[in-house]
Amino acid sequence: MEHVAQHSDPHYDQEASKMGMWLFIFTELLLFGGLFIVYAIYRFMNPEAFQMAGKELNITIGAINTIILLVSSMTIAMSTSSLQKKNKGLTVLLLEITIILAVIFLINKYFEWGVKFDHGIWPGSEHLLNDLGKGEILFFGLYFVMTGLHALHIVVGLVIIVVALNKIQKGTVNADRPSLLENAGLYWHLVDLIWIFLFPLFYLIH
Amino acid sequence: METEKHHIVPYRVYVYILIALVVMTFMSIGITKINLGAYSVLGAMIFATVKSVLVLTWFMHLKFDQPLLRFMVGFVVLLFFAVIFITFLDYYFR
Amino acid sequence: MQTATHPSNEVSYLDYKGKYKGIFGWIFSTDHKRIGLLYMYSMLVMFVVGVGLGLAMKLELIAPGKTIMDPGTYNAVFTVHGVIMIFMIVIPGLPAVFGNFFLPIMIGAKDVSFPKLNLLSWYFYVAGALLVISSVLFGNGTPDTGWTFYAPYSFKSGTNLLPAIFGAFVLGFSSILTGLNFIVTIHRMRAPGMTWFKMPLFPWSLYGTAWIQLLATPVVGITLVLVALERIFNIGVFDPALGGDPILYQHLFWIYSHPAVYVMILPAMGAISEIIPTFSQKHIFGYRAIIASTLAIAFVGYFVWGHHMFTSGMSGTAQYTFSILTFIVAIPSAIKVFNWISTMHKGSINPEAPFLWAVSFIFVFMIGGFSGLVLGALAANVHVHDTAFVVAHFHFIVFGGVGFAFFGAIHYWFPKMFGRMYDKVWAKVGWAFFTVGFLTLYSPMFYLGMMGMPRRYYDYLPEFHAANILSSLGSWVMTFGLLIVVINLFRSAKNGPIAEMNPWNSKTLEWTVPSPPPLENFDEIPVYGEKDGPYEY
Repeated sequence: MEHVAQHSDPHYDQEASKMGMWLFIFTELLLFGGLFIVYAIYRFMNPEAFQMAGKELNITIGAINTIILLVSSMTIAMSTSSLQKKNKGLTVLLLEITIILAVIFLINKYFEWGVKFDHGIWPGSEHLLNDLGKGEILFFGLYFVMTGLHALHIVVGLVIIVVALNKIQKGTVNADRPSLLENAGLYWHLVDLIWIFLFPLFYLIH
Repeated sequence: METEKHHIVPYRVYVYILIALVVMTFMSIGITKINLGAYSVLGAMIFATVKSVLVLTWFMHLKFDQPLLRFMVGFVVLLFFAVIFITFLDYYFR
Repeated sequence: MQTATHPSNEVSYLDYKGKYKGIFGWIFSTDHKRIGLLYMYSMLVMFVVGVGLGLAMKLELIAPGKTIMDPGTYNAVFTVHGVIMIFMIVIPGLPAVFGNFFLPIMIGAKDVSFPKLNLLSWYFYVAGALLVISSVLFGNGTPDTGWTFYAPYSFKSGTNLLPAIFGAFVLGFSSILTGLNFIVTIHRMRAPGMTWFKMPLFPWSLYGTAWIQLLATPVVGITLVLVALERIFNIGVFDPALGGDPILYQHLFWIYSHPAVYVMILPAMGAISEIIPTFSQKHIFGYRAIIASTLAIAFVGYFVWGHHMFTSGMSGTAQYTFSILTFIVAIPSAIKVFNWISTMHKGSINPEAPFLWAVSFIFVFMIGGFSGLVLGALAANVHVHDTAFVVAHFHFIVFGGVGFAFFGAIHYWFPKMFGRMYDKVWAKVGWAFFTVGFLTLYSPMFYLGMMGMPRRYYDYLPEFHAANILSSLGSWVMTFGLLIVVINLFRSAKNGPIAEMNPWNSKTLEWTVPSPPPLENFDEIPVYGEKDGPYEY
């Protein structure tokens, strides 16, 4: 791995762009890591309040969204295989499925947040500040920040996948230059990875 | 370029991984339904950890990448846990 | 292997005419050398502002009571001074300027791995700087929280904090992208035969730095986002009235901001490790020990953040742990000092300006380091916490460390960057004024702090008057030296005598290419043989 090859095309180094993407993923992990630290500390300080507040969240919607993300992770992982097998049609189809699943995830999230808003729960809402305890305020504050930031990452991932899809159709991303698709996949798995921890920490603490 | 980079993962492998992930999702929901007290958090976290390892090794191709990347991922995870540990030295003993 | 001479390699990077003309040839250029200079010039602009604010503070403190500004203005001045100097000068300082310019050349590459990302990170730098400036120019009141944005004041203060916080976030992004680029470049683009242990020490220090930039910056990024959300939406995360814990803010802030000190100092040490062997004409002493200490500083430095919070109300266990870890991080720093001194021993020393800056770096770094041990010791810390002693300590490390190393580096690499030599006599005169002024400016603060003068006050008790006058005098002498240095370099970049390819008889790769280097640095990628090494004198 230390013998750096001089490639025929000096401006294309697949291994370098993969490493760059991984390093970027590390920064994302620590970005969320900061929030997980905040969560861990406040949960440690307010264990009962976090359990009570967690009951407000709908496990079914959470589980559905988990499965949607897992399936979409599989489809985008498959698309990297099909690109290498030079099956362009299947690659495009798999990416389109991924995009549709991501949109469904966001729609679910929209309704989930909407229900919270209907119950008078949003950051700084009167119901939250006046009727609920400090632990609940923290729980819902973190809930909105962490799922919101996660949803933002879904949107970003969606944009990257659309760009990758576009370039696959044009042929500039192909079996010989798959970096953009691979990196889009890595990013999408990161989004999945974070949700794998968000789901039990917010929805399953009864 | 190294040949292993062109390793193509068969589709069925991804399907197996997905099935495992979905099963574990339901198991982690199930385990929190049982009242295990403080251990239910632990249970859910163990499932989440196993799931993330699956995603990292198969979906994110770490199994087929150069060992350097695996080392880096491990290092970052350890670093993060060290930071949490040290932060808790304050909160746990306060 | 690329062998053919690229047509664009016939002219230097300064004269190269690309697709764009004039200033666009610079701000759209993905050439790592031009990006390095872009950073340098934009940093110079911010540095002038920062120095001006610093001088204003010293003028205010020349006499007790109000001299030139009221307390509110003083708070704003030290806040903006801190934000500019920390986020825009010392953190990008050596990596963004000399790292960008010399990292690829020193490892025998034509550019960094992601040239476009490199340019993007400069755009982020400019955007962040503009955001911070906009918080000064617009809105009701300049931020007055100090550069640390401590909660809960940072979301209670009525001043225009949001742009400043967002600006710091964007500057962090710039820093992350630079670090990411450097790590990949070092892994993937080293010249054939240049193994890890044949790489010069400046790239090694950049490697350690890059990891800190990558792994620490996101934590402060999310923390600043939380403060911004707290201001806008009342999410309660750091607000004690809503259940939050302000001390947690301090934890998260220093999880980044202490490692950030090593982002500043490691490349400085790397530059010193290049200068000392060159001007001693001797192999660096303990090459591997320096590498090991670089990585050890980067790693242990990640776990010492709590020594900024000894008086905040942490648990005793955490205090002891952070104190012992702080002492441990002093060991690798000391190893480096021993190595530099041993390199000079029995070398043929050539006391040119870069060497003088390097030696004075070691001197001020030692003072800063030892005073750091005073602060790392729990009992002593409680006595001098938040006093002028702390201000003196971190100016010795941050300004002394980065400033002296930066000026050493620019005097060392100047002939390569601009193809001309500066006036060596004026360079030494500037160094002398700067060093004397620096010591006069900051040394009295150690005394003032131990006597009990708190930091961040525009006023003080009459018994502190004499030492404060001395300190203010020092600020003028230092600025005079700074002016000499800058004017000398600017004049020489235009009119200095043409420099040789390798004026210092140095052995690293950047001295094997023409001065100034052509667009793609090397006609032919150099190959390191079995016996080659960066310091084989």
